[in-house]
Amino acid sequence: MELILAIGIGTLAGSGVWLLLRPRTFQVIIGLSLISYAVNLFIFSMGRLSVDKAPILASGIAEDPTRYADPVPQALVLTAIVIGFATTALFLVVLLASRGVTGTDHVDGQERET
Amino acid sequence: MMGWDHLVVVPIILPLMAGTTMLLFDGRSRAFKAFISLAATVALVAVCIDLVATATTGRTASVYHLGNWPAPFAIVLVLDEFSALMVMVTSVLALASLIFSVARWHRAGVHFHPLFQFLVMGLNGAFLTGDLFNLFVFFEVMLAASYGLVLHGSGIVRIKAGLHYIAINLAASFLFLIGVSLIYGVAGTLNMVDLAEHLPSMSADDRTLIAVAAAVLGVAFLVKAGMWPLGFWLPTAYTAAAPPISAILAITSKVGIYVILRLSLLVFGADEAERFGADVLLYGGLATIVFGMAGVLAAQEAMRVASFTVVISSGTILAAVGANQAAVTAGALFYLVSSTLAISSLFLLIELLERGREFGADMLALTREAFGDPEEPEEESTVGTPLPATMALLSLAFIGCTTILAGIPPLSGFLGKFALLHGLFQPNGSTLSVTLSAGQWTFAALLILSSLASLIALVRTGIRSFWTSEEREVPRVGILEMVPLASLLLLCVALTIQAGPVMNYMEQTARALHSPAGYTQNKIVVTPVEHVSAGEHHDP
Repeated sequence: MELILAIGIGTLAGSGVWLLLRPRTFQVIIGLSLISYAVNLFIFSMGRLSVDKAPILASGIAEDPTRYADPVPQALVLTAIVIGFATTALFLVVLLASRGVTGTDHVDGQERET
Repeated sequence: MMGWDHLVVVPIILPLMAGTTMLLFDGRSRAFKAFISLAATVALVAVCIDLVATATTGRTASVYHLGNWPAPFAIVLVLDEFSALMVMVTSVLALASLIFSVARWHRAGVHFHPLFQFLVMGLNGAFLTGDLFNLFVFFEVMLAASYGLVLHGSGIVRIKAGLHYIAINLAASFLFLIGVSLIYGVAGTLNMVDLAEHLPSMSADDRTLIAVAAAVLGVAFLVKAGMWPLGFWLPTAYTAAAPPISAILAITSKVGIYVILRLSLLVFGADEAERFGADVLLYGGLATIVFGMAGVLAAQEAMRVASFTVVISSGTILAAVGANQAAVTAGALFYLVSSTLAISSLFLLIELLERGREFGADMLALTREAFGDPEEPEEESTVGTPLPATMALLSLAFIGCTTILAGIPPLSGFLGKFALLHGLFQPNGSTLSVTLSAGQWTFAALLILSSLASLIALVRTGIRSFWTSEEREVPRVGILEMVPLASLLLLCVALTIQAGPVMNYMEQTARALHSPAGYTQNKIVVTPVEHVSAGEHHDP
């Protein structure tokens, strides 16, 4: 399970970085989204991977905490998803504005002269 | 006196409330929004003065438990001399640039005032919080608002610069998240003090992982601070943004520096022998100064010159942090305050000087046409009462900015640089030390050379705008625009006159930073305030 997750995070992050460095704005935003998936999975995995463990204790019962998953990374990843989603949406607006104003989807607002 | 404890949270709550209230009204009620915004910011300055006073008298940092939950499990706000100082500078700059923009610039686009208040909230939160993930959240609040504000006024230059600004900051935010979660995965805590206390008892493997996490975090903060290989976005974004926005953004690049200073000293300790990453900061800062010098000399537009002074200021402070001595840090703090005030006033001043001849005015006219401004057409022609002797006042202000930024007597810029050099050569106060490392000698040399570069660049700008343009008209400057500019510079004069007490404060702050016992002491042991039982709950 760890191996699959690690390969998944690595693939997402690698593809994301490659796309981020591409000259088209659409590639950049997809790259940023892929990196955000990789980062979110990474945050999630920081609570240790486990199967069939709930993150919430039943009230009033003192139980063995090893039977439960760490809730903090799950809370963190929720926050990170929301914030990442919002800022990516904002970036999308700027991207569209840039496309409209400059007439090109190059990140520098103009095509490179060849 | 129970109520006064809650003052710590006011710098976050107040802009939040003001910003959300303004969102309820549509874009046309601009005068009303300006009033709310101004009232909130004036109140904020008053609160911050009180916070600084509290921080000066308190022996240890005061801790505010949000929601009254116990410390390591929930988020705390921490007020010490350093955070109080930064919140104070933020609120003063916010007030100045807000008054300035009320005269004219807030009409250049929609939602100026809410975004401005959220920016202030994010800044204050980032300065006050004692929790790493909470720091991320406030960083994002600040960044999201600044994305909107950089685009304020629209136009092709801003959109192009904004695109780069947002892309690099989003990427940096992901690095921030990786660092924070890695720290949580290893240490099991995000509370800064808790982390500092756990670190010595960790195994060597875990410490390596923490160091990796800290390095990743550091890259994210250095992107914000604009250190050399990471800071190419900074001059373009600051040049393109509306001048009052650039004036407040001058403090956002200091947030990265604040966090680096706080975290590296708190978590890794001020071990004189080898502090984690100190060399990177020193040499990175030196490279940043060189980059800023080259930029300031090469820049043609005045706004670009001002943007590169931000880079020089960042580089100087980073190198001073890397020098890793309490005396140098004290000088760096003084320099931070005076250079930030001066850079902000330079941005405002340049807007006034360039008015009516460069793209700023054209762009403003264009966007106002686009957004439409039917209800106040008569204000098109004037910006309030034009002042007499405008040019004389403006040139006086320009001399002030130049002397501060170039670090020549008599104003506070000189004192800042002098304190830096003094701390470098006499770290213990009395004996002259000449056993400096090569990096520190270079730092001393670059401090003086960067003064020369700033002086040349600013004098050239001054000659161009005051002496060589015969045909241009005197810019129409309203009283509302002159007041914030003059107050920022007068604050620098006050810093110069009151240099003794201010420097004492900075030294006390630097000592506290370098021996963070006062910061750590209170945080964990203090339990939440006891709930007031029903019988006692009678307010007179």
